[in-house]
Amino acid sequence: MATLHDRTPVPHHAPAGTEPPSRRVPLPLLVAGLCVALPVSLVCGAGIGASGIPWSEALRHLWAGTTGGSITADEVSSYTIVWELRFPRAVLAAVVGAGLASVGVAVQAMVRNALADPFVLGISSGAAVGANAVLIFGAFAALGVWALSTAAFLSALAAMALVYAIARTPRGLTPLRLVLTGTALHYGFSAVTTFMVFAAEHGEAARSAMMWLLGSLGGASWSSVPIAGCAVLGGLLHLGWSARRLNALAMGDETAAALGVDPGRLRRELFLGAAAVTGAVVAVSGAIGFVGLMVPHAARMLVGADHRRLLAVAPLAGAVLLIWVDILSRVVLAPAELPLGVLTAAIGVPCFLLLMRRRTYTFGGA
Amino acid sequence: MRVDIDRVTVEISGTHVVRDISLRAGSGRFVGVVGPNGSGKSTLLRCVYRALRPTAGAIRLDGDDLLAMSPRDSARRVAALPQEVAAEFDFTVAEVVAMGRLPHQGAVARESEADRRACAAALEGVGAAHLAGRGFLTLSGGEKQRVLIARALAQQPRVLVLDEPTNHLDIAQQLELLSLVRAGGPTVLTALHDLNLAALHCDLLHVLDGGRIVASGAPHDVLTPGLLAEVFGVRAHRVVHPGTGAVQLLFDRLPRP
Repeated sequence: MATLHDRTPVPHHAPAGTEPPSRRVPLPLLVAGLCVALPVSLVCGAGIGASGIPWSEALRHLWAGTTGGSITADEVSSYTIVWELRFPRAVLAAVVGAGLASVGVAVQAMVRNALADPFVLGISSGAAVGANAVLIFGAFAALGVWALSTAAFLSALAAMALVYAIARTPRGLTPLRLVLTGTALHYGFSAVTTFMVFAAEHGEAARSAMMWLLGSLGGASWSSVPIAGCAVLGGLLHLGWSARRLNALAMGDETAAALGVDPGRLRRELFLGAAAVTGAVVAVSGAIGFVGLMVPHAARMLVGADHRRLLAVAPLAGAVLLIWVDILSRVVLAPAELPLGVLTAAIGVPCFLLLMRRRTYTFGGA
Repeated sequence: MRVDIDRVTVEISGTHVVRDISLRAGSGRFVGVVGPNGSGKSTLLRCVYRALRPTAGAIRLDGDDLLAMSPRDSARRVAALPQEVAAEFDFTVAEVVAMGRLPHQGAVARESEADRRACAAALEGVGAAHLAGRGFLTLSGGEKQRVLIARALAQQPRVLVLDEPTNHLDIAQQLELLSLVRAGGPTVLTALHDLNLAALHCDLLHVLDGGRIVASGAPHDVLTPGLLAEVFGVRAHRVVHPGTGAVQLLFDRLPRP
C-alpha cells in the first residue's frame, strides 16, 4: 500500500507556455500539397477503372478531350469511357466533396455543435424523399434524365422551407432549435423514404433507392457538373467572404453581436447557403455521409479552428478524399460498384481516430 | 465617450424586463449597475452592445444614435465582455484576441500592421502575451477572462461594457480585472454582483430592481442600509475603507430557520 510520501507530486497546471507553440501543419505547405494532389487525383480518376484501359491511352483521351483533339474510330469506346464516364465522375466527386466539406464547416459554426453535418438540418433526407419518388414510383417521368436531380433538388428546397418555418422564432434562428427541428424532420423524411422502399413493387427499384441513400456518383455525366459546380463555388465564395464573421459566431451570439456581427442574420445567410449547396450536391450524388462531418474536424486538427485557414483546407481535402473514394468504389468489387457511404466510413473512420489520438484536439472542452 | 441611455424599455414575450430606464455614463467614468438577480442588469447592458434591441427608448454615444448605427460601426466604439461565452472551437489565444479587430477590418483584407500592434498591445496589457500560442479551451477561468478582456481592448473601444466580469474569479483576479479594464481610459459600464467591489471601483452606481432604477448616485450615497433592506432584503452595516475611504458593507447573517 502506498503511503502519502511515496507519491510523486504531480503539478496541477502545466506551466504556462510550455505547450508546443505550433502543433499545427504549416498552412502554405498543406494547401500547396492539396493543390497538387487535386489535379493528380482527377487524372487518376480518369485513368483507373474496371475496364483495363492502359494509362497511356487514357491520358491521350484525356488530352484529346480537354484540347478538342481527334481520336481514331476504334478508340471510340475507350474514349467514351475515359472522357464521358470516368472523368466527369472524378470532377463531380471533387465538386461534391468540396461542397459537403464546406457545408460541414458552415453548419458546425452555425449551430456550434460538434456533431453537426450537412445532414443535421434534415435537408438531405428531404431530398431523398423526392429522389426515391422518382426511383421507385417513376414520378416526374416527363423530365427524363433530369427527373432524379430535379426531384431531389426541389424536395431539398421544400425541406429547407419547412425546417426554416418551424425553427424560426421571433429572436431568429437559434442553434438548438435548428438542430432539434432538423433532426426531428430528418427522422420524419427517413420514415417516408423507408416506407416507399418497403412498398416498392420490384427489388431493382429498392436496390437503386438504397444505392442513392448511401451515395453514388454512378449517374455522373458532364451535364450534372455545371449546376452542382456553380452552387458549390457560390457557397465557397460566400463562406470565404464570411470567414471572420464565422469566427465571431463560433464564440457565441453575444460575442458576435459585440464584435459587430448580427448573429441572426449571419445564421440565416448560412442556412440558405448550406441548404442550396446541400440540395445541389445531394441531387447529383445521393446522401454521402461522413465527409461533411469528419473533413471539417480533420482540417481543424491540422490547421486550427480559424475559419480563414479552415476554409482554405477543408474543401480541397474533401475534394481529394471523395475522388479517391469514388475510384475505390469502382475497382474494389469490380464490375460491381460499392456505395460511397460505405467507403467514406471505411477510410474516414480509421484516419479520423488516428488523427484524434495523435493530436491534442479539443472541441467544446472535451 | 459619453453614454446616454434614454428611457429604454425592453419587453420580452410580454414581460417588461427593463422599464423606462435613463442613465448617463460620463466620458471615462466607471459606472456600475447593481441589483438582485433578474432585476434587468444584463438585459440593459445587452442593449448597449447590440445583442438586443430595446422595445422603446434611445441610446446615444456622445449624442449619436447607437441604434441607428450599423452593428459594425457601433462595435468600433463599444466593446463588451458578455457573461456567456460559448467557445466550442479550439481557437488559440492569439486568434481569439485577433477577433477584436473584426469591426475594423474588411471582409477579406489581410491583417494590417495596426491590427497586429493593437492585438500585441492588448495581450501585453493584460499580462497574457505568454499565452498567445495556447488553446483558449485549455486555459483556467482567470486566464480566459484576461484573454477576453484583451480581445475587448484590441477592439480599441471608447466604451467597454462588462456583464458580471468577476464571476468565477478569485479575489486577486477580481481586483486585477477591474484595474485592467481601465487601460486606454474607456467609459466602463459594468454589472457587478459584489457590492463591495462596486463601491470600491465605481464612480457612479445605479441600483436596479424589477427592471427599474431605484437609486442612482455615488456609492456612498446609494448603498444605504435602508436601500439594501428594501432591494436585496438583507441587513447591512456601513464601514469606511481605511485606505481609500470608500464605503464598504458588512452583512448580518440570517437567523437559523
